[in-house]
Amino acid sequence: MIPANFIYHKATSVKEAIALVQTHGEEAKYMSGGHSLLPMMKLRFATPEHIIDISKIDGLSYIKEDGDFLKIGALTTQTDMEYNALILDKYAIFSDAIKLTADPSVRNVGTIGGNIAHGDAANDQPALMLAMRATIVAEGTDGEKEIPIDEFFHGFYMTALEPADILTEIRVPKAKKGSGGAYHKVERKVGDYATAGVAVHVELDDMGVCQEIGIGLTNVSAVPMRLDRGEALLKGKKITEDLIEEVGTMASEDCEPTSDLRGSEAYKRSIVNTITKRMIRLALERAQH
Amino acid sequence: MKHTVTMTINGESVTAEVDSRLLLVHFIRENLDLTGTHIGCDTSNCGACTILLDGKSIKSCTYLAVRADGAEITTIEGIAAEGTNHPLQQAFHDQHGLHCGFCTPGMIMRSIDLLKNNPNPTEEEIRWGISGNLCRCTGYNNIVKSVQQAAKELQKESESV
Repeated sequence: MIPANFIYHKATSVKEAIALVQTHGEEAKYMSGGHSLLPMMKLRFATPEHIIDISKIDGLSYIKEDGDFLKIGALTTQTDMEYNALILDKYAIFSDAIKLTADPSVRNVGTIGGNIAHGDAANDQPALMLAMRATIVAEGTDGEKEIPIDEFFHGFYMTALEPADILTEIRVPKAKKGSGGAYHKVERKVGDYATAGVAVHVELDDMGVCQEIGIGLTNVSAVPMRLDRGEALLKGKKITEDLIEEVGTMASEDCEPTSDLRGSEAYKRSIVNTITKRMIRLALERAQH
Repeated sequence: MKHTVTMTINGESVTAEVDSRLLLVHFIRENLDLTGTHIGCDTSNCGACTILLDGKSIKSCTYLAVRADGAEITTIEGIAAEGTNHPLQQAFHDQHGLHCGFCTPGMIMRSIDLLKNNPNPTEEEIRWGISGNLCRCTGYNNIVKSVQQAAKELQKESESV
């Protein structure tokens, strides 16, 4: 399969990339790893007339703690994340997700920024970003902007990014005593999209009371979904097994899966229930150590 | 639109004119006649087209040739010293790690990257490590044994250097 004709442009800086999109307008599309976009182009689901290659821009691949945040450059590959000492040591939720994302050769090319900017509720990172209440940093024609994750996902493949905006950085809360997260997805086989997935991030105080809780769901709604009702129930409480059971039920009720080749709606609701409970337990266990 | 690209393929510098939409696997097979790299699913699932780009395994069916400008590429044709087999090739031979052989170049290129990052992998790590490469003949057991043999061999080599 060969993509429809387009003109390739290599950008060497964020400013150059933005200028290229301004010149070529709506028919231009950024490509970072290209492992979501290029398959769509080969199937002719996407037919951009101009591809702006941003993968060669220097300075957008990094993982560092800075102030209250973990900051990740948008061009950091999934493999960079997989083998990063800081991630391995303190951010288990990312390790959980990356091991289950595509396969090692795809992770060598696919970027964290692309996984989010693609705006696909079937991708894994959006649920993590919701759980950790990430801030998305983007640069556009008006300079830099910070977008709270709850304002980022607008619809199927649609995000808050304007056509010329480049996602440059992801910020999530720095790991601290009492915080922990976990992610799991059920997939039919390696490389498939999630049948369903759940990301959980918790922050406990010294008494073990839940101060912050985020629960994000993968591929059970058109837009990456936050489990508002479950978060409201747990926040400010000591999380007990009874509460976890209740949140599992809420997750199965509130998600919006559709029946497809990966399973029936009822099956998906059932596994969302199970994974939600397991991930809350695992996040709690990690927060307490 | 044509672009002039220069890349190193198996140690040799190559300069060519390529279309924006030319896929790297087609460039390797059709322009360079290096047909050891196979096209299987053409959708980045099967891994038959796996090559090394700057030392990392990638699926060359899902990579534009023009993006490889300046890169160092290794294909299955470029891994053996003259007159010998690479330890992974020898191991696949010794352990019967192939039946039809269609997946083998991709399996070997992927395994080179795997063993570089993890020189002494467990069986489970090998199975996850080659999870993006499909084999429809062997049932994988002998492929895993091949990678285990090569891991031992490569460690011996690096210790004797």
